Amino acid sequence: MTASDTLVRIRGLHFRFGPRVIFDGADFDFARGKVTAVMGPSGIGKTTLLRLIGGEFKPQAGTIEVDGTEVARLGRHELFELRKRMGMMFQFGALLTDLSVFDNVAFPLREHTDLPESMIADLVLMKLHAVGLRGARDLYPEECSGGMQRRIAFARAVALDPMLVMYDEPFTGQDPLSLGVLARLVRKLNDALGLTSIIVSHDVAETLDISDYVYLISGGKVVAEGTPQQIRGSPDEGVRQFLEGLADGPVPFHARAIDYATDLLGTAPARRSQGVPA
Amino acid sequence: MTAVLDGLFDVLRRLQAIATDFLGSAGRACLFLGSVLAAVPSALARPRLVAQQVYAVGVLSLVIIVVSGTFIGMVLALQGYRTLVGFGAEESLGVFVALVTVRELGPVVTALLFAGRAGSALAAEIGLMRATDQLSGMEMMAVDPVRRVVAPRFVAGFLTMPLLAAIFSVMAIGVAGGHLMGVEVLGVDDGSYWSQIQAQVELKDIWNGVVKSVVFGFVISWIAVYQGYHAAPTSAGVSDATKTTVVLASLATLALDFVLTAFMFEGV
Repeated sequence: MTASDTLVRIRGLHFRFGPRVIFDGADFDFARGKVTAVMGPSGIGKTTLLRLIGGEFKPQAGTIEVDGTEVARLGRHELFELRKRMGMMFQFGALLTDLSVFDNVAFPLREHTDLPESMIADLVLMKLHAVGLRGARDLYPEECSGGMQRRIAFARAVALDPMLVMYDEPFTGQDPLSLGVLARLVRKLNDALGLTSIIVSHDVAETLDISDYVYLISGGKVVAEGTPQQIRGSPDEGVRQFLEGLADGPVPFHARAIDYATDLLGTAPARRSQGVPA
Repeated sequence: MTAVLDGLFDVLRRLQAIATDFLGSAGRACLFLGSVLAAVPSALARPRLVAQQVYAVGVLSLVIIVVSGTFIGMVLALQGYRTLVGFGAEESLGVFVALVTVRELGPVVTALLFAGRAGSALAAEIGLMRATDQLSGMEMMAVDPVRRVVAPRFVAGFLTMPLLAAIFSVMAIGVAGGHLMGVEVLGVDDGSYWSQIQAQVELKDIWNGVVKSVVFGFVISWIAVYQGYHAAPTSAGVSDATKTTVVLASLATLALDFVLTAFMFEGV
């Protein structure tokens, strides 16, 4: 892949929260115009990756370039200019609770454009129609279900027609109907608007169905990458464990703990009362 | 001997940690205040945002301020009458109620109520916005939360506190508070009540009360938005931010009241 084909290029990413290592030398290339998925078990750092790309966190080492610009080197003003060309859909929506559904989607348009209110209204209704919630425009976030909130957040993320849209667990909590519609919508909007999409998810089937390329991460590194077909056909034990949801495999189901029998028989009272480190 | 020295060093280390923590927090709070003050002009350029917050922190605090002012005025009249009547000076009841209210109780009690009602609400609202990723969401939409969320709330708190203190004082002195109890119930002459206030309460007294309420409004709003903005993104974090706001704002009000009073009456 040439540099011009890549919208987001990450090299040698190292990032840690205190003593906890999240990324330990990971490389990613997110191609322009494509839907790329980042998958892996919960708590592995998928959301952190999106926040690193958005410049909310800075890596301890390595580079993150978005459209040829190294994010960590940007000042606040330049970073905000870059973010105007990005959309992000948060895991739990992050909708503004004091604004109606309509005003939430209109929020970025009102903040960053001088468009007349009538045009903003048209744009908002178009985005809401795309996610099937035009009829919910006057509701407030607390009146909407979790799935609806996710779709509103989706409409808001694409309100400014950004070059890059990042989706943090877009399919979690959706009913089967909404899930299918939303998955197709991600693909359709990406192709129709010429976007670049990064999806962070552990919903295997839906994500593989709409992605052009997939990264599987574990232990702070990329453990597998390829097209959905390559990932599905991978003989790698870790990949199989994740795709098939197996408890036994390279990724342990249980958090690190002392011996089960010792714990139950109470021969380690001090450790039990203090909790066991994960 | 070694054990005693170890204990002493341990105490010193703890004191050092407390001092470092305090200075670090104070420094962060001052830096945050700087960024909020820098964002105030942009907040003033969007008066609708400020007006919404004036309604939330000011108008919605009116009931508690009006009711408290009324009762405190009545209590002052009762207590003042009992003392003054012993000296045959009950005609001075009006000026007693007015001076105590304008100089002290108006700004101080309003500030304490404001910290409990509006300060806690500000901290909890901003803290919850932090916990539910609303502030991060704004950041990712290239919208500065300090400009969009914090500055309008800070300005609103700063503006409404003197107005609420004025309303409190009017209620305490006026026809429903001190006047009702002193004149209508205890029988103090109506003309004496008002004329003594007119003669004895100087513009300087009112000005001192205004200065106090402005300072209290500034400090309480600062504490509330700082605690909310830096709340840990958990339910315990929001609860802690709310509690700390009320405690710190109340203590700061009482301490500042002493300092301001000492300066204001330095030459008396």
